[in-house]
Amino acid sequence: MSMIDQTDQAEVESTPLHVRIGRFMGDYPVIPLIILLGCLVGVLEFMRPGIISPFWLGNTIKFAIPLAMLAACQMLTMLTAGIDLSAAVVATVSAFVVASVTPLYGPFAGVMIALGAAVLVGLVNGFGVGVARVHPLIMTLGTGLIATGCLQVYQRFVINTGADIPDFLEWLGTGRTAGMPNGLFLFVPFAAAILLGLRYTGFGRLLFALGSNEHAAKLSGVRSWQVFMALYALVGLIAGITGLLYVGMIRAPSLSLANPLLLPSVAAAVIGGTSIFGGRGSYAGTIVGALILTVIGTLLTLLQMPQGARVVFFGLIILGVTALYVRLTENR
Amino acid sequence: MSFAQKHAWTLGLVALFLVLLGITKLVQPTFGASGLESLARAALPFAFATAAMAVVVIVGGIDLSVASIMAVCAVTAAVLMESMGAVPAVLITLAMGLGMGMINGALIVLTKVPDIVVTLAMLFVWEGTALLILNAPGGTVADGLQSAIAGSFLVDGLPNALIVMAFAIAIVWIPLKRSKLGLSIYAVGSSELAAFRSGVAVGRTKIAAYGICGLFCAMGGLSLIMLTGIGEPVPGPYLLASVAAVVLGGVVLGGGIGGLLGPIIAVFILRIIRTILTLAAVDPNVTTIIEGTIMVGVVMFGAVLMMRRRST
Repeated sequence: MSMIDQTDQAEVESTPLHVRIGRFMGDYPVIPLIILLGCLVGVLEFMRPGIISPFWLGNTIKFAIPLAMLAACQMLTMLTAGIDLSAAVVATVSAFVVASVTPLYGPFAGVMIALGAAVLVGLVNGFGVGVARVHPLIMTLGTGLIATGCLQVYQRFVINTGADIPDFLEWLGTGRTAGMPNGLFLFVPFAAAILLGLRYTGFGRLLFALGSNEHAAKLSGVRSWQVFMALYALVGLIAGITGLLYVGMIRAPSLSLANPLLLPSVAAAVIGGTSIFGGRGSYAGTIVGALILTVIGTLLTLLQMPQGARVVFFGLIILGVTALYVRLTENR
Repeated sequence: MSFAQKHAWTLGLVALFLVLLGITKLVQPTFGASGLESLARAALPFAFATAAMAVVVIVGGIDLSVASIMAVCAVTAAVLMESMGAVPAVLITLAMGLGMGMINGALIVLTKVPDIVVTLAMLFVWEGTALLILNAPGGTVADGLQSAIAGSFLVDGLPNALIVMAFAIAIVWIPLKRSKLGLSIYAVGSSELAAFRSGVAVGRTKIAAYGICGLFCAMGGLSLIMLTGIGEPVPGPYLLASVAAVVLGGVVLGGGIGGLLGPIIAVFILRIIRTILTLAAVDPNVTTIIEGTIMVGVVMFGAVLMMRRRST
C-alpha cells in the first residue's frame, strides 16, 4: 500500500501541471462544466446587463428540466454503450395520450395509460437490444418509427374527443413557487433517485459493469438481457414522464411535440461527459449539460443573428465543448 | 467460400426484391415501366444518402449529417445554376460535398471526439449553412438535368434514373474498392489497431472515407433538385432511412463488412414496400408502422442468423 502511495506521490511531483489539471477534471467532470456554465452566464450578462434575475433563472431552469430528463434516457442507455433515439417520440406519445384520454376517463387513467404505452415501447426496445441483440441505434430508431406511425393512426380515432390536459400537469409545467418553476418538485426527487440509484444500488452498478465490459460482466454472472429489459423499460418510463411534464408546459399536444428535443438530449448527455462507448458518465454532468444548452439557446436568441447562423453556432459550440472536454481528460 | 455463400445476404435481398416486385404486379396488374420509373426516381436521393452512409459505416464510423450535407449541396447547386451553366455548377457542388465530408472526417480525427458526436454537431452546422445560403426554397435547375432522370433510354423498361444512379455510384466506388485506399477503408473498419500496425495511415483513410461520403451526399443533393426543380434548405428524412438501409443491406455497424450493392438494393426494397402499400390503398400512417416493423424485424432476423453462424 505504501509503495503505491509513494509512486503516486512521485508521479504527482513529476507530472506537468496541465496533465494534473486534466486528471482532476477527469475525476470530477462536473467542475469544468460548471465553470463553462458560469462563463456562458457571464457572457450573457455582459451582452445584456441586467438580464440575470431570479425570473430569468426560473425560466432557464424550467426549460432545462424536460431536456435534462430526456437526456437522462440517453445517459442511462449510453452507460451500457447504447442510445435511445425513440425517447422523444415516446415523450410525444405519452403527452398526446394523456391529453386525449383525460376528457374520456379522467386524469388518473390518462396518466396510467400514457405511462403504460411508454413502458411498452421501452420493453420492446429492451427485448430487441437485450434478447435479439439488435444494435440499440437501429432498434430504437425502428421503435421510434413504429410509435410515430401508431400515434398517427391513433390520432384518427380520437380527433373528436378533444384534448384536455390535467390541471396538476399544468400546475407542474407552468406554475411557479417562490419564483422557481414547479417542475422542480418533480425533477429534484427524480434527479436524486438517478444520482443515488446509479451510485448505491446494484442495478446502477450493473449498468456501469455491462458498459465497461459486457463479456466480463456476463462471466461474473450478470444476466445481461434482464438488465437491458429493465433498463429500457425504465428509460421508456422516464421519457413518458418527461412527455407528461412537457405537455403541461407547452399546453398544446401535437404529433411532434417533444421531437425537437431528441438531438439536444443526446448533446446534453455527451457534453455532460457521458461516453457513448459505455461505462462512463454521471447524471450531475448531464444536468449541467442541459443547463449549458439552454443558456446557449438564450445567448444565440439574444445575438439576433439570422436563423442559419444561430444553428451553425449551436453545432460549433457542442463540438467545441466536447473537443475541449476530451482534450482535458484524455491524459488521464 | 463459394460465390453464393459470400454474397448470401445480397442474393437474399435480390430475391426479396423480386418477390416484392411480383407482389406489386399482383396488387396492380398495370404496374410496368412507368411504375418502375417513378420508383427509381423516388429512390434516387435515398440511394445516394445510403451509399454515403455505407462508406462511413464500413470505415467504422457513422455520419449523422448526411441529410444536412445534402441540403447544403442542393441549395448551392440551385443558387449557382441561376448564374452559370449546369456543368460548372455540378462540379462546384461535388467539390463542396467532398470538402464538407473531409471537414467532418478531419474534425473526427483531430479532435478525437467520437464520430457520432462530431457529426451530430456538424448536422447543426451544415443545416445552418444551408439556411444561410438560401433562406427560403428557391434557385433554379438547368433543364437538361431534370430531363436526364426522366423516362428511359438505351434499354426499354430500364429507368433512366436507375442508370444515372448506378453510373454515378459505380464510377466512384468500383475504382475505389480496387485501390489501396479502398482496402485501407475495409482494414480500418475491421480493426483500427491492426490496420495501424500494418502501416495504414488510419487518420488519412478516415478523412478520405468521410470525403467520399460527402461526395455521395453532393450527388444526393443534386438528385434532390433534379427531382423537385428547386433548392430546399431544410434537410429531408434521409438520415434515418439511410441508416436503416445500410444495416438492412448487410453492412455491419462497427465497420469492415459489407459493400454498396446490398444497401442500395435495400433502398429499393424499402421504397417498393411503400409503393405496394400505397397501391393497396393502405393508410399512409399504417405504412409508417409497417416500414418500421419490417426494418426492426429484418435486422433482428439478421442478428439471429449471425449468432447461429457463429455458434456452429
